[in-house]
Amino acid sequence: MHAFGQILKIETRLFLRDFGSPLTTVVLPLALLVVFGLIPAGRQPEEQFGDLSFIQYFAPSLLVITLAMSAVNILPTVLATYRERGVLRRLATTPASPAALLAAQLVISLATILVSAVLLIVVGRLAFDVPLPRRPLGFTLALVLGTAALLALGLLVAAVARTAKSAQGLAVPLFMAVMFFGGVYVPRFLLPDFLVRIGDYTPPGVQALLDAWTGTSPHPLHLGIMAVVALAAGATASKLFRWE
Amino acid sequence: MPVIEVTSLHKRYGDLVAVDDVSFTVAEGEIFGVLGPNGAGKTTTVECVAGLRVPDGGGVSVLGLDPRRDAAQLRQRVGVQLQESQLPDQLRVAEALDLYASFYRDPADPAHLIDTLGLGDKRNTAYKKLSGGQKQRLSIALALVGNPRVAILDELTTGLDPQSRRDTWTLIEQVRDSGVTIVLVTHFMEEAERLCDRVAVIDRGRVVALDSPAGLVSTVAPEQRIRFRPSASMDDRLLTDLPEVTAVQRTGSQVVVTGTGDVLHAVTSVLARNQIVAADLRLEQSTLDDAFVELTGRRPAE
Ligand SMILES: Nc1ncnc2c1ncn2[C@@H]1O[C@H](COP(=O)(O)OP(=O)(O)OP(=O)(O)O)[C@@H](O)[C@H]1O
Ligand SMILES: [Mg+2]
Repeated sequence: MHAFGQILKIETRLFLRDFGSPLTTVVLPLALLVVFGLIPAGRQPEEQFGDLSFIQYFAPSLLVITLAMSAVNILPTVLATYRERGVLRRLATTPASPAALLAAQLVISLATILVSAVLLIVVGRLAFDVPLPRRPLGFTLALVLGTAALLALGLLVAAVARTAKSAQGLAVPLFMAVMFFGGVYVPRFLLPDFLVRIGDYTPPGVQALLDAWTGTSPHPLHLGIMAVVALAAGATASKLFRWE
Repeated sequence: MPVIEVTSLHKRYGDLVAVDDVSFTVAEGEIFGVLGPNGAGKTTTVECVAGLRVPDGGGVSVLGLDPRRDAAQLRQRVGVQLQESQLPDQLRVAEALDLYASFYRDPADPAHLIDTLGLGDKRNTAYKKLSGGQKQRLSIALALVGNPRVAILDELTTGLDPQSRRDTWTLIEQVRDSGVTIVLVTHFMEEAERLCDRVAVIDRGRVVALDSPAGLVSTVAPEQRIRFRPSASMDDRLLTDLPEVTAVQRTGSQVVVTGTGDVLHAVTSVLARNQIVAADLRLEQSTLDDAFVELTGRRPAE
């Protein structure tokens, strides 16, 4: 436990030191929220968004940026790099376990996602009249399951890839798919209906987040799919994961 | 009781037999060298000893512990420097040592270790910005920071400049003098001769020789060579008649005598008796290098 605490401390420091990571996971989504929020039209309720303002409608997609970046891009790349460079092996020669390093990375991912979610919710509420999630329980559930699904996919990439390069080769397309179907590149109201439907079931499940945020309880099927992805990918990853 | 006991160790990677049949013991406080050509199975052997690899056959015991079953106890007491292992790019020297020190019940003082290994002015340097030799020294420090009872060092001084290499040797001798048992994998014969009490030469997964460095040289390559220029013409038979001499050759004005035992004394006495002065006299003794080549048919890799 002591070793885990020390590893977590150092890994957090490394995460912050490499400032591309906090920049893309926390600062970027927040900056986008502020930019869109400062455009007056972004704050007007619109019929095409079901009487939501654009930033209300788009906020869950901003959260997708954090989730995708952290869980399917940074996490697998860091783990695969550590494995390839023998960091995990060296740790295996000490009383600390390489599993502690993996756990520390997961904690950092979770913390990043939590911080970003809180910032988006609070800043949205205080500065741009985005209401707090109307269904706190449903929102929490959607966020937890969506996060679990993406982290499991990230771990699966780390498990399947032999090298850091191949981890990136797998992570980047996955990351782009998650971002695309999460409505980040093109807001979803501009996408054809069938792509939006696919997006409903693509982790982290942006529709469930939007529903819970704006007052509809999230669709059980949307949540169920996230749980299934989390379990299936997680189980496969733990089976295939190699420490060296 | 030996500190390390390896009996009939066998390890395969798929079809490839990396370690065929290796046995040796290491006594407390000993510096034990493992030599052998590339791919001989040295790393695989010591990684089995460290509990990083599971042997396919044979037994390993370290400090009376089973490296797999008693892994937790073993890791507190055994420090390992892996042949290929890096650290995160942005991790700084002092951070790495403090972190690794925190894993152990009774660690060494990281700051002191940093100074001993000549990394004092690099304590706040990121791993990525260290030179190869500095990385290597950090790696040695990490293997020693837990105050181990046994240190396993795979390619201790590979990549170090001659001065750092000598400094590292001194450090290793100090560590041994404090009672630590050391297993050293090396390609440097000079290092083995200087540091090791005994060495095992491994070739193709088997121990082909196991002795003190001097013992190896005298049994495997006992020949000595004497070169000189005689001040007067002389009959080769003066020398070939000596029991210590095995061969006499001439290259130009130079005589090259090959022999064993106390050949130098025998040759100089016979020359003195015949009033011949040996100019430019040089004695070439076999080294561990010669023994290595003799045993494995290959030059030690650099
Ligand atoms: N992880 C591995 N998977 C498959 N084969 C391996 C692995 N590690 C080593 N080998 C093979 O096992 C044999 C012994 O390797 P080992 O690393 O033990 O040699 P070594 O004596 O340490 O060599 P060197 O002096 O080059 O470090 C080699 O033929 C090598 O190719
Ligand atoms: Mg090796």
